[in-house]
Amino acid sequence: MLKIDCTDKHFSEIGKLIRETKETQIVIDNAQGHRYIASGVGGKEITINGTPGNAMGAYLDGCKIVVNGSAQDAIGDTMNDGLIVIHGNSGDATGYSMRGGKIFIKGDAGYRAGIHMKAYKDKFPVLVIGGKAGSFLGEYQAGGIILVLGINTDSKTNVGFFTGNGMHGGKIILRSDELPDLPEQIVARKANAEDMQEIEQYVKEYCGYFGNEPKDILSKEFFVLTANSANPYKQLYTSV
Amino acid sequence: MLKEGEVRIPSGCAISGIFSRSGKLTNGEKIITSIATMHDRSNGLGGGFAGYGIYPQYADFYAFHIFYDDNEIRKEAENFLYQNFFIVNMSMIPIRKTKKISDEPLILRYFVKPLDARLHETNLDEKEFVARMVIKVNTTIKGAYIFSSGKNMGIFKAVGYPEDVGEYYRLEEYDAYCWTAHGRYPTNTPGWWGGAHPFGMLDYSVVHNGEISSYDANRRYIEMFGYKCTLMTDTEVIAYVVDFLCRRQGLSMQEMAGVIAAPFWSTIEKKSPEERALAEYLRNTFSSLLITGPFSIMVGFENGLMALNDRLKLRSMVVGEKDDMTYIASEECAIRAIEPNLDRIWSPRGGEPVVVTLDKKEVK
Amino acid sequence: MSINYIYPPYEVVRDFNKCINCKICVKQCANEVHTFDEKRGIMLADDTKCVNCHRCVATCPTRALKIVKSDNTYKENANWSADSMKEIYRQAESGGVLLSSMGNPQPLPVYWDKILINASQVTNPSIDPLREPMETTVFLGSKPDKIVRDETGKIVDNLQPQLKLSTPIMFSAMSYGSISYNAHASLAKAAEKLGIFYNTGEGGLHEDFYQYGKNTIVQVASGRFGVYKDYLEAGACIEIKIGQGAKPGIGGHLPGAKIVGDISKTRMIPVGSDAISPAPHHDIYSIEDLRQLVYSLKEATDYKKPIAVKVAAVHNVAAVASGIARSGADIIVIDGFRGGTGAAPTRIRDNVGIPIELALASVDKRLRDEGIRGNVSLVVGGSIRNSADVVKAIALGADACYIATAALMAMGCHLCRSCHLGKCNWGIATQIPELVKRLDPETGCNRLVNLVTAWTHEIKEMMGGMGINSIEALKGNRLMLRGVGLNEKELDILGIKHAGE
Repeated sequence: MLKIDCTDKHFSEIGKLIRETKETQIVIDNAQGHRYIASGVGGKEITINGTPGNAMGAYLDGCKIVVNGSAQDAIGDTMNDGLIVIHGNSGDATGYSMRGGKIFIKGDAGYRAGIHMKAYKDKFPVLVIGGKAGSFLGEYQAGGIILVLGINTDSKTNVGFFTGNGMHGGKIILRSDELPDLPEQIVARKANAEDMQEIEQYVKEYCGYFGNEPKDILSKEFFVLTANSANPYKQLYTSV
Repeated sequence: MLKEGEVRIPSGCAISGIFSRSGKLTNGEKIITSIATMHDRSNGLGGGFAGYGIYPQYADFYAFHIFYDDNEIRKEAENFLYQNFFIVNMSMIPIRKTKKISDEPLILRYFVKPLDARLHETNLDEKEFVARMVIKVNTTIKGAYIFSSGKNMGIFKAVGYPEDVGEYYRLEEYDAYCWTAHGRYPTNTPGWWGGAHPFGMLDYSVVHNGEISSYDANRRYIEMFGYKCTLMTDTEVIAYVVDFLCRRQGLSMQEMAGVIAAPFWSTIEKKSPEERALAEYLRNTFSSLLITGPFSIMVGFENGLMALNDRLKLRSMVVGEKDDMTYIASEECAIRAIEPNLDRIWSPRGGEPVVVTLDKKEVK
Repeated sequence: MSINYIYPPYEVVRDFNKCINCKICVKQCANEVHTFDEKRGIMLADDTKCVNCHRCVATCPTRALKIVKSDNTYKENANWSADSMKEIYRQAESGGVLLSSMGNPQPLPVYWDKILINASQVTNPSIDPLREPMETTVFLGSKPDKIVRDETGKIVDNLQPQLKLSTPIMFSAMSYGSISYNAHASLAKAAEKLGIFYNTGEGGLHEDFYQYGKNTIVQVASGRFGVYKDYLEAGACIEIKIGQGAKPGIGGHLPGAKIVGDISKTRMIPVGSDAISPAPHHDIYSIEDLRQLVYSLKEATDYKKPIAVKVAAVHNVAAVASGIARSGADIIVIDGFRGGTGAAPTRIRDNVGIPIELALASVDKRLRDEGIRGNVSLVVGGSIRNSADVVKAIALGADACYIATAALMAMGCHLCRSCHLGKCNWGIATQIPELVKRLDPETGCNRLVNLVTAWTHEIKEMMGGMGINSIEALKGNRLMLRGVGLNEKELDILGIKHAGE
């Protein structure tokens, strides 16, 4: 196991240590805004104690990251594969353009979580937010699944404004008392049995990481949001 | 008509240099004889000399040689100098009146040291401070021009043929271990004294023959580092490039030559891996300081002299040796005129610098 | 109904004395302009379908076809041109946004044509480029500020990763999807042969072209299509696309219908899924965020590849470039308002952005004023039409030029500006297999190599004339340029003198 103490280290030194070590288990202590941790990394298990900086796990390629604390912006940007578990909150643009792998956030996510998520073949991105999400959740979403559990929140919708703007694929699932305002290009329905099967799988995984009781979570109602194929976004064009 | 500095004036020229590796001092008569041999390479519109080792009594002070248009400007400039320097000695530079040199400005000499308080305030090392002050005077006080600013060396230049300029400045009264000289052939001239060679910055003095085609590429790059090319002459930009590469970047004269007269890529490819890596690095890192077009230059520096031709060798230059003396000139006749019995004489290849330095850092 | 009829702007003219009814034109025209009237035994042409791509003209074996501008006219009006009238009719009919392709065709100033190049006479010799060494090799990338030596006094190689080009010309970004497989194959092969680079555009990299990686610049755009570790590792350089000259400030949309087969695979999105590139990168809302993307890419690729950032030439491009130079980027790419595109809203294409000549001049000056020109290389595109444009761009301060429209023309494009219809008869801007195969990658490659080789010869000729034997001595050498017919302000921005001065 490799232990890295971030104190007095520049992010580039940490990146180099991670890239060059043959160890697969890495513990990073005292992270204090150190950016780009595990950018493009695969095949390792990294535990981060502290507050990792922006773009943690960008282009992640099969690595597992556990953050004991909160994470900042652009976590898992363009992530291809792997797992990120955050025992706290995460910032804006969490999981931007992620194509595969899973991100579990114990608490809340910032604005634009899951923006432009897409799935491809065996790649299927999953973003699970335990608390509530900011505005523009799942903007431009093209694939994968975003699950907002709304555990212990004071919000009725557990999301901000403009949820699913520009969404054209994938699913957003909200565990909430009521639906937020949605654009015409989104349709919402209550989760059916088939949906619940899928939801249960992720809820159980969430509870495995953070110690909640699946029953408590699954007992409440879930809404499933998808792109409205009957009313897609389109700009009418005419040629000159 | 636009003055020098307001318009770019290409010029051709003659150069000559004498260097004693043992540090033997000789007065200015020989260098005048040498450059006079190449009279037809000049057209009477500029001549000048640089001598090293000429001010032993003030060796620790920067010797400023300054042209002033008039006494008002002199007052303004001196005010500026007082605010920044301790002046240990100031005087008119001694001259010999001659009909061949006219329209002279006021020509003064100061031996100075930067004020400690100013060095502290600006947080600059001494040489950088002096360089900036020189550039400041030359760019902001119109009519004042510091044309020599090194230690224990001096530049003497004027509008006229070089041999007349030498006589005018009474060079026989100075003793130097190194002399360089220049006769100028500008293609159009307003006759400004500052435009003659050598061009100096601190201890570096440059004389140059040829017109470079990379001028504006070099100028616009070097001006990023605080230099201001006010004369729009090749020599000025070359002097700044030398100062930047050698003083500020710490390159040796050999390495500097590898930048400004970098070998062709095809030549670099044939070098050994280590030499190749260095040559590629220098050429790439300072690509905007490659000098193209014809040039032969001599750079005087503290304890040494460097001569270099452009990499195509579009200008003539010969080097001769006799005992501890090295002679460099545009034409062999200029060397033979002062030393008929040479041990060795050769033409250096294009882009290959000739560097001579004092055997010991003391002069006789 | 007939109120919507707009007379076609071009007419197909057939010389029936030459026409042998071979019907090659019928086969060649994907727009179905040509038909054979069995009853009358003659060939017909429907001008309304003609995009004026010249495929039929070029392939007619008896030279029986030509295309002429229609002389059908509205009442002449200097204010309401025929084109503006037609646009009104089309929009009134459809309610649609006007869409067009390729670069801005409007008669706005082309500054290249108002700049003249110097040559040596007497004071300094010109050089014969055929017989004397003449160097066009360029390195792109950040240069160190300071020489560093090790304890033995040896100079330490502290250069950031560099791209080595044999000549200061590269093929600009065009995605697989916007152009065909065979067009990409031609570009990749030609870049390798020439010792230069081509650019994947934002559509990912087809697995067949990984072999050309050392001559490939891979692009990362807001949609992040096809971006993953192997892709980032595959190229010699990574280009972050912020904007493009043809449509600054707007994103892109490749409809799901075009996401088929290999294009789905290369973009790494399911077949039939819309490929939307958002207008901005949603992790870049401010300049410090750009630094974040630059460094996350550097970390992901172990600092082994230069990172380029491409922006459209807009009003404050100098300030933008300064910000990019300070973001850790190694190369700044500026795309002028005449740059091409596979599809752009016409109003954007024709009205947004500024000419590359002015953008380049002001960016180069700004970076020098700030003393940071050495931190970055500058690459410009957006209608570089010939070798003289390249020479002028470099003398204004560019390190290298990107060409794309010229490259397409080398492959057969006739600038009919109908790429958005997807039925390119030349096999370039189409995914229809029968059309794609019309472009043979070997032929395409050879023609690209010919073009760049010819331009390089011409660049050397012009350099030789100026007495310059290495391209780096031309870079930023604005004294080698003079303006003609330009006003004081224009000369001031370009940083050049007027001819005669």
